[in-house]
Amino acid sequence: MSVRYSKDHEWAKADGDAYVIGISAHAAEQLGDVVFVELPEAGKTYSKGDEMAVVESVKAASDVYAPISGEIVAVNTAIVDEPAKVNEDPQGAAWFVKIKASNPAELDEMMDEAAYKEFAENA
Amino acid sequence: MPLESENAALKKTSLNDLHRALGAKMVEFAGYDMPVQFPMGVLKEHLHTREKAGLFDVSHMGQAFLKTAEADLGDDGAHEKIAAAIEMLVPGEIQKLKKGGARYSVLLNEEGGILDDLMITRPIRDDKQGMLFLVVNASMKDQDFALIEEKLAGKATLERAEDRSLIALQGPAAAGVVAKLIPEAAEQKFMTMRPYEWQGAYLLVTRGGYTGEDGFEISVPNDKAELLAKTLLAHPQVESIGLGARDSLRLEAGLCLYGHDLTPEISPVEGNIAFAIGKRRREEGGFPGAVRIQKELAEGPTSLRIGIRPEGRAPAREGAEIQTTDGKSIGKVTSGGFGPSVGGPVAMGYVDAAYAETGTPLQLIVRGKPLSAVVADMPFAPHRYFRG
Repeated sequence: MSVRYSKDHEWAKADGDAYVIGISAHAAEQLGDVVFVELPEAGKTYSKGDEMAVVESVKAASDVYAPISGEIVAVNTAIVDEPAKVNEDPQGAAWFVKIKASNPAELDEMMDEAAYKEFAENA
Repeated sequence: MPLESENAALKKTSLNDLHRALGAKMVEFAGYDMPVQFPMGVLKEHLHTREKAGLFDVSHMGQAFLKTAEADLGDDGAHEKIAAAIEMLVPGEIQKLKKGGARYSVLLNEEGGILDDLMITRPIRDDKQGMLFLVVNASMKDQDFALIEEKLAGKATLERAEDRSLIALQGPAAAGVVAKLIPEAAEQKFMTMRPYEWQGAYLLVTRGGYTGEDGFEISVPNDKAELLAKTLLAHPQVESIGLGARDSLRLEAGLCLYGHDLTPEISPVEGNIAFAIGKRRREEGGFPGAVRIQKELAEGPTSLRIGIRPEGRAPAREGAEIQTTDGKSIGKVTSGGFGPSVGGPVAMGYVDAAYAETGTPLQLIVRGKPLSAVVADMPFAPHRYFRG
């Protein structure tokens, strides 16, 4: 499955039996220089739309929402140690968490690349 | 995060076209369409200003000339009259301000609370004595100027300088760049203003600024503002800087943002800017709210503005509750964020005076969780003013 996007600018991509989650390149650009990231603990469960992580730029703090429901099975502490990575590679090395989906059908409600591109341009 | 769109109702400065041509992200600020950041981004703009020089459009601020109502400009007596008039509204020593000297002061209400902070400058030219140059905050300028006109009616007249822009050049390279245009300006000391003619325009150049760095604020006629900005920007060490970095720079410098760190409820003693109250005036009073302010000076204020260093990397922002380490609420953060030059979070806020001593451990409530912090000396980034 290719990458899917939420209206809150998170992305999700299949990775084994879990999904990797991050923020979109568009969101990272809008935020500006990221200086702080707070991630949830592995083992916690979230429903779709719950506040799951925090990302702060010099300007402001923004919540990152769980784009799908499920359990956190891994977190990327590299972006906590080096928040600037979020600007450098938001849709690659600077992933936020991995979620084991409790309701994989939620992925179908997310946008594909083309739909998200159009959504972001008109946001 | 909505994208900013052009709003025709907003006022524009003389540099609006230039900001857009340079790729600025524009936002509404105090009724003006202003650049919050340029393509470089807030973090790099901030660091660039501390390393080289940043150009800031601060034309939205209110510039005005206050003159004695009598047409007796031009001698020390005229200065005494205009100084006595403005001293009815501010606690600063304006009588003894030297020719060409600039002073940071505050407009007070009857309760001794701060209505705005401002710069008051005495012209150096003999034929301009009896006049003061005022620069007030953009968001407060209509209110400030109305108050001054009302309270000083019959004693002084206020001429708003709507025909002038204000450009700040800040950073260690600022003096060298300004010297290429006006060699004498590089000799000026911190908190002095001198007039110059440049390209047929009458400039008022003040050494100082709002970043903690050496620098200049240049009042320039609107029709020469873009030429001046482009001339300064042509120097490779100068970059355009937006309001985002202006805020992080002033926060690291420990300087107050009106409406946040200073309000109509807060006195200059609580605000930790008692240096703005002149020695003679502490004894004589004669400014609004003198009774409260003199009492706070003698006995100490009940709350005080302090610097705060949160531990770890999480910034504490405006509104965060300040607690003792055992959870007693003692105040609130009024400005906070990430300090790019400090390399970590910095904040300022008000606490009960008993907890204001440097080194006092605190906790800040950020997203519902306590964050360890400590009362810290300000500025967070050392001031580098040019004192000659």
